[in-house]
Amino acid sequence: MHNRSRISNLLFILPALAMFCVFSVYPFVKTFQLSAFQWDGVSKSMQFVGLNNYKDVLFNNPNFWYSMGAAGYITLLALIIQNALALLLAVLVDRGVKAQNFFRTTFFLPPVLSFIVVALVWKWIYDPNYGILNFGLTGLGMIQFQGFGWLSEAKTALTGVAVVHMWKGFGWGFIILLAGLQGIPRELYESASIDGASVWQQFKRITVPLMIPTFVVVSILTILGSMQIFDLIYGMTRGGPAGLTHVPITRIYEYMNNGEFGYATTMAVVFGLVLLIVSLVQINVSRRASQKI
Amino acid sequence: MNRIMTNTIVYFVLILVVITCLFPVAWMFSSSLKSQSEVFTNMSLVPEHAKWSNYIAAWTKANFGTYFFNSIIYTVFGVLGVVFIASLAAYAFARLQFPLKNVLFLLLISTLLIPLPGAFVPLYVLLQKLRLLDTRLGLILCYINGGLAFAIFLLRSFFQQLPKELEEAAMMDGASRFSIYWRIAMPLARPALATIVIFNALNIWNEFLLALVMLQDKAKMPIQRGLMVFQGTHITDYPLLMAGITIATVPVVAVYLLMQKHIIKGITAGALKG
Repeated sequence: MHNRSRISNLLFILPALAMFCVFSVYPFVKTFQLSAFQWDGVSKSMQFVGLNNYKDVLFNNPNFWYSMGAAGYITLLALIIQNALALLLAVLVDRGVKAQNFFRTTFFLPPVLSFIVVALVWKWIYDPNYGILNFGLTGLGMIQFQGFGWLSEAKTALTGVAVVHMWKGFGWGFIILLAGLQGIPRELYESASIDGASVWQQFKRITVPLMIPTFVVVSILTILGSMQIFDLIYGMTRGGPAGLTHVPITRIYEYMNNGEFGYATTMAVVFGLVLLIVSLVQINVSRRASQKI
Repeated sequence: MNRIMTNTIVYFVLILVVITCLFPVAWMFSSSLKSQSEVFTNMSLVPEHAKWSNYIAAWTKANFGTYFFNSIIYTVFGVLGVVFIASLAAYAFARLQFPLKNVLFLLLISTLLIPLPGAFVPLYVLLQKLRLLDTRLGLILCYINGGLAFAIFLLRSFFQQLPKELEEAAMMDGASRFSIYWRIAMPLARPALATIVIFNALNIWNEFLLALVMLQDKAKMPIQRGLMVFQGTHITDYPLLMAGITIATVPVVAVYLLMQKHIIKGITAGALKG
C-alpha cells in the first residue's frame, strides 16, 4: 500500500516532468548535438563536422565577437548608468518621500511594456525627420540635429538603442533595490545618527555592506538580461547600420534564418558559456568584496 | 532651509524621471489619435481633432483585432497550462513522498540557473519533428514550459508554508490525495497563484522571439508579432501603428495598475531565487 502510493504520487509531477524532458532537455542536448554538424534545418542528411564549427566561431568569426562586444557595451552602460540611477531613486524613495506608491508605480511602468512596443515607440521618437526628439533639439537651437538619424548613424546607433534599453530596464533594479533597502532595520540608521554619523557615512557603512547580496542579484539580472537583448534590436535597427548594432542573439537568429542550424547552435553554446563564466566571476568578485567590508 | 533645499532637489529628480517614464507612452497615445498628415506636422501632445477612427481602422483593416484575439488565446492557455502543471508538481514536492524527490526538484528548476541562449533554434527543430511548427499548440507548449520552473519554485515554498492540519483532517475523512490538492491546497494558494497568473500573462503577452521563429501564418500571430508585420509593410503609417501599439499596451497597463502588488511580490521572490 505504502509503496503503491509512493509510485502514484509520481503522477503529480509527471506532466511537469514530461514537459521538461521534451521542451528543456531535448533542446539542451540537441543544441550540443547540432553544433557538431552542418545542417540546413530541412534536409534529411546532416554532415558531421566535428569541432569545425567551434573553430570557426572562436577564431574565424569577428562579426560574432563584435556582436558580443556590442552587447557587452550595452550591458556595461546598463550596469553603471541604469543601476546607479536605480539605486539613487531607490534611496530617494526609501527616505520617505510623499507619494511613494506613485513613484514606484511609474518607475515600473516601462518594464511591464513589451520590448517591441518600446522599440517602435522610441523609433518614432528618434525618427530623423518627424521625430519629437530632433524637433525638440532643433527647437532648442541645435540645428545640427535637423534630420539626424540617431539609429542610422554609426556613431549613435548602438548608444541610441542602449539608452532605450536602460529606460526600459531601470525600474527592475529600482524595485529590487527598494525592497532590499526597506529590509534594513531603521534602528541601525537611528543609532548611527545619534553617534553623529553623516548621511553619506551611514550610506557607506550601513547601506552598502547590507545591500551587497541585493547588488549581486541586480547585477546578474542586468548582465543576463542585457547580454541577451534581442527584441529591442530587432524592432529598432535589425542590426544596422552596417551590422554595428548586431548582438549575439540577432546573429544566431540570422544564421538560423540562412539555414545554418549547426553553426547557429555552436554560437549559442559559446555564448551560453560566456554568460555562465561572466555570472560566476560576478558572484565570486562580489563575495570577496563583501568579505572585505 | 537646507532641508527644504534637499527636498526640492529630491522631488525635482523624481519628477524628472516620472516625466521621462510617462512621456513616450503619452506620445504614443497622442500620435495614435492624429491624422496621417497631422502626425508629421503637429508636434503638440494634444491632437487637433482626436481621430478615434484610427482605432477602428487598426482593429479591422490592419488586422490588429485578429492579432489581439490570438494573443488572448496564447495568454489564456499558456497561463492555464503553467498553473495546472506547476501546481500539481509543486504540491507533490511540498507534501508527498516519492523516489528521487530532491533530484527531480533540482532538475525541474535547473533552467532558472543555467542560461540557455538561442534555445529557439533547437525548439524550432523540435516543433518541426512534432509537426507543431506554425501551430498555436506548438507555441503554447513552448510558453508553458517557459513558465514552469519559476512557478514550481514559487508554489512549492508556498505549499510548504501552509498549515498541514486541514489536509490531515481531510485525509482522515478518506479524501484522495488529488482532491486534497484540488479542494484544499489550491484555494489556500490563491495569493501565490495570482502572482504566477499575472507574471506569466505579462510574459506571454509581451513575448516576441518565439512567436517570430515558430509562426509564418499571419492568422495565428500574436499582437507583438503583428506590430512588426504592420510596421514592415506600412512603414510610414504612424497613426495606425501607434493605435496598434496602444491596443497591445492597454491590457498590460490595466493589469499592471490593478495587480501591482502581486507583480512587485513576484519580482522580489524572483530576485531571491538568484
